[in-house]
Amino acid sequence: MAELIATHPFDGILPIRHGNCAAAPFQPDAITSVAPYPGQEAAVSAALKDRIGAPFPAPGRSTTGADGSLAAWSGLDQCFVFGPALDAIDGAAVTDQSDAWAGIEIVGEDAREVLARLSPLDLRPGVFEPGHTARSLIGHMPALIMRTGDAVYLLLVFRSMAATAAHEIETAMKGVAARASLAT
Amino acid sequence: MRVDGYGRIDRARPLSFTFDGKTFTGFAGDTLASALIANGVALVGRSFKYHRPRGILTAGSEEPNALVEIGEGAATTPNTRATMQELFDGLTARSQNRLGPLDLDLLSVNDLAAPFLGAGFYYKTFMWPRAFWEKLYEPLIRRAAGLGRLSGQHDDGRTEKAFAHCDLLVIGAGPSGLMAALTAARAGADVILADEQTEPGGRLLSEREEIDGQPAADWVAATLSELRGLGVRIMPRTTVTGAYDGGTYGALERVGLHLPESADLPRECFWRIATNAAVLAAGAIERPIAFPMNDRPGVMMASGLRSYLHRYGVVPGERIALFAANDDAHRTAADLAAAGIEVVAVIDPRPDATARGDYRLIRGEVTGTRGRRALREITVATDAGEERIAVDALGMSGGWNPNVHLTCHMGHRPVWDDGIDAFVPPETHVPGLTVCGAAKGDFSTAACLASGIAAASTALSALGLTAPDIPLPAASDDPGRARALWQVEGKGRAWLDFANDVTTKDVKLAAQENFRSVEHMKRYTTQGMAPDQGRNSNIAALAVLADATGRTIAETGTTTYRPPFHPVSIAAMGAGARGKGFAPERLTTSHAASLDRGAPMIAAGLWYRPSYFPRPGENHWRESCDREVRMVREAVGVCDVSTLGKIDIQGPDAGAFLDFLYTNTYSTLAPGKVRYGLMLREDGHVMDDGTTACLGPGRYVMTTTTAAAGQVMAHLDFVAQGLRPNLAVRHISVTEQWAQFAVAGPKARDLLASVFGAPPDLPFMGCTETTLSGTPARLFRISFSGEEGYEIAVPARYGAGLFRDLVARAETLGGGAYGMEALNVLRIEKGFITHAEIDGRITAGDLGMAGMMSKKKDFIGKAAAARPGLTDLARTALVGLRPAVLEQPILAGSQLYDGSDAPVRTNLKGHVTSACYSPTLDCHLALGFLAGGRKRIGSRVRAVDHLRGSEVICEVIDPVAYDPDGGRMRG
Amino acid sequence: MRIPCPLCGERDAREFTPRGHATLLDRPDVDAQPQAWHNYLHLRDNPAGETRELWHHTAGCTAWLVVQRNTITHAITGASLAREAGHAR
Repeated sequence: MAELIATHPFDGILPIRHGNCAAAPFQPDAITSVAPYPGQEAAVSAALKDRIGAPFPAPGRSTTGADGSLAAWSGLDQCFVFGPALDAIDGAAVTDQSDAWAGIEIVGEDAREVLARLSPLDLRPGVFEPGHTARSLIGHMPALIMRTGDAVYLLLVFRSMAATAAHEIETAMKGVAARASLAT
Repeated sequence: MRVDGYGRIDRARPLSFTFDGKTFTGFAGDTLASALIANGVALVGRSFKYHRPRGILTAGSEEPNALVEIGEGAATTPNTRATMQELFDGLTARSQNRLGPLDLDLLSVNDLAAPFLGAGFYYKTFMWPRAFWEKLYEPLIRRAAGLGRLSGQHDDGRTEKAFAHCDLLVIGAGPSGLMAALTAARAGADVILADEQTEPGGRLLSEREEIDGQPAADWVAATLSELRGLGVRIMPRTTVTGAYDGGTYGALERVGLHLPESADLPRECFWRIATNAAVLAAGAIERPIAFPMNDRPGVMMASGLRSYLHRYGVVPGERIALFAANDDAHRTAADLAAAGIEVVAVIDPRPDATARGDYRLIRGEVTGTRGRRALREITVATDAGEERIAVDALGMSGGWNPNVHLTCHMGHRPVWDDGIDAFVPPETHVPGLTVCGAAKGDFSTAACLASGIAAASTALSALGLTAPDIPLPAASDDPGRARALWQVEGKGRAWLDFANDVTTKDVKLAAQENFRSVEHMKRYTTQGMAPDQGRNSNIAALAVLADATGRTIAETGTTTYRPPFHPVSIAAMGAGARGKGFAPERLTTSHAASLDRGAPMIAAGLWYRPSYFPRPGENHWRESCDREVRMVREAVGVCDVSTLGKIDIQGPDAGAFLDFLYTNTYSTLAPGKVRYGLMLREDGHVMDDGTTACLGPGRYVMTTTTAAAGQVMAHLDFVAQGLRPNLAVRHISVTEQWAQFAVAGPKARDLLASVFGAPPDLPFMGCTETTLSGTPARLFRISFSGEEGYEIAVPARYGAGLFRDLVARAETLGGGAYGMEALNVLRIEKGFITHAEIDGRITAGDLGMAGMMSKKKDFIGKAAAARPGLTDLARTALVGLRPAVLEQPILAGSQLYDGSDAPVRTNLKGHVTSACYSPTLDCHLALGFLAGGRKRIGSRVRAVDHLRGSEVICEVIDPVAYDPDGGRMRG
Repeated sequence: MRIPCPLCGERDAREFTPRGHATLLDRPDVDAQPQAWHNYLHLRDNPAGETRELWHHTAGCTAWLVVQRNTITHAITGASLAREAGHAR
């Protein structure tokens, strides 16, 4: 019988830190996509609230459950639930996405400046507030971008692109850090 | 020469630099240009065509002459404007476009040939013989005429790109820009203030002026400090280079060019700024006067003289004259005189000109200059006759051109304003952009300040904000009286475009030869096509053209203004997009294990997949490939197939959705079963193929080819949202969720038995959800090799481990890992198709799969696939090909011809799509499309490859060359 | 260029993929006359001025949008979800 050992996409790559910004792997227990069928939105939202304590989020937003679960809007008719794995929900397509994504937490005073070098998203504090989520780009990579704190961002990129993502983030971090050291 | 008490440089911080190998000293705050002037260096370069000695003309980014190379070796940057290059300790700069030392440029013989090198010279001279152009004329011309040279080496210098967003972008931080930013910031708008210079302030730093009773520079400092307090993002060293659709602006920031090269600091950053509104406060550029021999080093712009004096505390000589038909020359004279510099004369042709100080005013024109490598003497013509005056430098001013460029970047044209003899922005131009200050023709400081407030108020009301009540600071309301002065007739050439060596004579010649349109004149003379893009010369050139063609300037019109306003290096525009940054690399979970086994990787879209796994003793890819094919046919092989697109499709209507997407029926597929499907485009041609498995009621997983995964996903999105929005079905990619491995060969069952602890109980085209080592797994019995084949999928985190485990077990069974080369051979032997076959022009019928198109239901492409052209029996169809001489390779891409037909297009009967050597059948094999298709089996065709000179007689065979009844696959 | 996605807000054009005129939503019946299919497959309105065209928010929410765009000025005056465009059955 085979014995399988788990590996993570950022093994040996993250964490990194340059200047006022750090990047570390973000590894929730599970990521589950929930996509209600037409007309089932309210029922699915109620079911979700029942399961994790958080309703289905509005576009571009996230909701937080009692046990720290997070439901983040992740596209048309769809959210990702970060937390314990979810079983089937009536009226929705539920899919395990835990291994499909490489999660990165970017933290620090210059986190936004680093992301401005990678994403066309408007990340101004009053526009992209804590609790907001967006599907956009990191470089040429499709990404789910979440702001979870004042200077805390979570990025999800395709697992296969983890090495490229880390490389691009590190390059941007070094550039921002080098600029910051000029100013002082 | 330095002037004590003047300039914004830090005299406590001397900096050492070299120019053409000679060491000089400047100060912090200097540009290379100001430091060269301070050191008495007048000659800084050679002109483009005639190799004339040239000096510094301006103090700004429009500089046409002083283009130099900065840096050494691979890091050399050519065509850097000395006027924009800030000095740093250790800076190395070199002059360009010379052969030998700058002061003895051997190519200056070109200047003696000047009578023959006028406009249209190339067109007239190098027409014939035609073959000489590429081999002789062009290399010669390229050597003789030109600017800086690239090092030819890979440059590791970092560049960056970035995105910024704001409510209001203010372009230019002179008096109008500062006032606009202040007005908007006080109203609570989120403002970016971008300015090209090192220090914001614009002309206010270059003039002797007061605002609100304090020196202008102090007002600038106070205003900047308030702007910072209000949260305005001030971006110095940033040139806004283009206005684009939807309120997007491009801007180039010089990040590290003012410092020694360092590993992490980008040289430049190219910004994409998205804004709701913008204010253009880009000021104006002083224009030269085309008088005879006006290109001598030492002839400068009058405003440049003031900039050098007030910002850097330097003057280009001890005896300075000025020439203009406006008050700016007098303003310059007064400033120079106040600094103790000898103003020899101000030459002003206006009868009503009056002196503004204690200097000699001559009512006349400058008609000539002398001096070999620097200006020594000017000739002045007055009613009384000619006079020669000894000078070190001459400041000139032909008036001012508003910087209207950005307003014209979306196809608009500026309009001529007779009142100020200049082009001003048109009434309608870039949406959301408001122009103020000198950029719209308001030349006095007071008018600039007022127009900054007005422009910001306009922008604010568009943003739904209320402009604050802001008092207008007190400032000079003198716009400087002016009369247009474009050219002075006389003996000798009078330059319009210094950078491209275009003179008034060239423009007149163009007119004479009937290139009367300004666009034709531009291309005939090359005026305005140099790095400065005619910023110094365009208006004067078209004034000369207007004069030569008897039209007004307004009638003559301008050429088209296009981005970028200022040259942007390709490195900055494509920042990050080289090496690893060019495209994301998609790595499978088995990537490291493949590399460990020495597998060369090939790109498949963004993915990297192993070509083959070489073993000791194998020296050629074919040896490895042949061995891997035999391994699969005789034992067992393992291949990572995770890159195939996997789409999870769920919902009560999932079957109906699939029925609509595929030509064949899926709603009847029972759980635990897999079916091969063909997907068409709506035009009836094949889009993609693959298997879809039914995991349970209303739960499917679709596979796509690696290449078409993105296209199929977008197609599903379109069908689900646009054509069938009411179906209760949702789809999501699970490509990355599951690592999936093919296990194929007669010993595949044994291998799986050892992995799972029991032999798999799956019929051909069956699937099951199971567990492996306590984790969920999926097992499919499908085959792309023609052998008994399985695919095992596990969550990606276990992929690396499972691959190593499977390969190790395969090796104990006489098998191992196989790569793309073997995979390709295996499928060609079996006649399985890839996108080499389904190239977008192929129908189901062409593939011999017409029977897969259901007659009972609608599906995408059904109607169009029935069109006569797509069902025509004369179409080519899939066949197999085997060379008549078995060891002769058939080349993919070859064209197929019958019998002794000449191999020309009209005789074409088909083409070869895929080819390989088959170790199983010990012969070369190919797949292709041939008119008549399988009806031709047994006959012969010729495969001709014109490019590689190959011609092979082939026997037409069934596309399934190996195990045609599929017994091995079904087990 | 910036496109106002009804779900994501205004986004840079690089996130989107264009696909031509919105008539692609008006798929003819499978039994429709060949001319109707010909029109659907091959003929597109290409007005100088206001047009409605399909854009896929590929690198965003994956919604297909009907974007109102002026082909002369490039001005984009609105966008709606293709599934709410009222074409489909």
